[in-house]
Amino acid sequence: MKNKRRYINVEHMLSFICFALIIGLWCILSFGGMVSDLFLPSPVAVAKRLVELYRDGSLWANCFESTTRVVVGWFWSVVVALPCGMLMANSRKFSAFIQPIIEFARYLPVVALVPLTLLYLGIDETQKYTIIFLGTFFQLVLMVCDTVSGVDVNLINAAKTLGAGRWQVYKEVIFPAALPGLMDDFRLTIGWAWTYLVVAEMVAAQNGLGYMILRSQRYLATDTIFAGLILIGLIGLITDFLFRVLTRIVAPWHERLTDK
Amino acid sequence: MEQYKLQAIDLTKIYEDGKKGLVTAIDHVNLEVKDGEFVMIVGPSGCGKTTLINILGGLGTATSGQVLLDGKPVQGPGADRGMVFQGYSLFPWLSVQKNVEFGLKMKKMPKAQRAEQAKKFIDLVGLTGFENALPRQLSGGMKQRVAIARTLANEPEILLMDEPFGALDAQTRVVMQELLADISKKTKTTILFITHDIDEAVLLGDRIYVMSRRPGTIREVLEVNIPGVRSHESLVLPEFLATKKKIMDMLWKESMDAAMDQ
Repeated sequence: MKNKRRYINVEHMLSFICFALIIGLWCILSFGGMVSDLFLPSPVAVAKRLVELYRDGSLWANCFESTTRVVVGWFWSVVVALPCGMLMANSRKFSAFIQPIIEFARYLPVVALVPLTLLYLGIDETQKYTIIFLGTFFQLVLMVCDTVSGVDVNLINAAKTLGAGRWQVYKEVIFPAALPGLMDDFRLTIGWAWTYLVVAEMVAAQNGLGYMILRSQRYLATDTIFAGLILIGLIGLITDFLFRVLTRIVAPWHERLTDK
Repeated sequence: MEQYKLQAIDLTKIYEDGKKGLVTAIDHVNLEVKDGEFVMIVGPSGCGKTTLINILGGLGTATSGQVLLDGKPVQGPGADRGMVFQGYSLFPWLSVQKNVEFGLKMKKMPKAQRAEQAKKFIDLVGLTGFENALPRQLSGGMKQRVAIARTLANEPEILLMDEPFGALDAQTRVVMQELLADISKKTKTTILFITHDIDEAVLLGDRIYVMSRRPGTIREVLEVNIPGVRSHESLVLPEFLATKKKIMDMLWKESMDAAMDQ
């Protein structure tokens, strides 16, 4: 136990060193005058900007608005993709029915769908949720299908010979067996959801981190752009951490290579 | 006419293999298991033993032929034919207790009754005290004990076992064989057990079906008459050795061919 603890500390240290190196490089480039402030604002300038945003209250407001959009859009994508993907993995007919259209839609650039969403849904929040949904859903369905297909068929067979019916096999075997993999799928897709945030806040948004970044572009406010990027990255780190903790709570039985 | 617990009539399985074309896995297999009997099927690797037991358990389908349970045809898997697999197939997210309760939960047995029934069978396989352990914390032998308890707790009409001790080391295997002989005596469960291990077949079986290599057919049926309780001591009795020799002679050429194939 003691050994393990020390090991983890070394790993934390390495993660910290990586960030420190990047910030160090940033300092050298910026304070050393190698890159103009317009392209690469100094760390101090970005920190100041973050403090300003915090003081005028827009930091929390923007983070909150964007997080809400990402989570709501992603949540609906999970709600629809989960049963769809499970069905695809277990029914050849359903898979034959739906897979081609999903593969087709998966390649459509979400940016190109923005005009249509505006036309159909207007400019309110629903349109933004829809963009996030479209950006994540088609990928997630296929990931869910893949994860569920990977469930050990011997477990399913054992359940059947123990008298489990079709629905019971889904509920008592396939779902719990796939859960650790599904949690990974969800964690990855919520990351992608963030990458569609700027697209979602491209038109008719009044707030949000993506909107903040887009507006800064107009004024060449690179310090604000960097502040926005750092905030999105930090929220990402926190989300990832929460997902890992949650996975350990819902599937404590699951062993991972990296846990050892 | 005698009523059998389980009866296979003319089972044939032909499947399509991309490279080899049509392959006959088992060919007109007939077998019977009487109520309370311990029947073994022994055969070299690749003789279609697993194909056969999967059809009997409803996990596979036969190209032709029929499976009767208590004289009635059965199709698809069901709780009436409990199976134990070589790979244990325990649910890794469930404790020993919950694994054993699984089939009872599927039947919607009330919780308290379920727990009691599971306890009884956990006790029978000697795992009392491990109720809350997760499968990954158990050794191979203990995992197979859980799998046996899980299937027996369901009170199946017949227990189908597919090389259940094949993955265990030699010492653990003997311990498990004695345990199973003991359980079969105590519970009077009807058992059909598949193995490639001749010692195991002779040690446990009341009757032995000897299968030939692909296409798998039944070559012979032997009665085993070993006096007393079956245990590791039976392994040196003259009756044991005589039966073992008979089967070895039968399978010698088959085993040689099988070995050359690999």
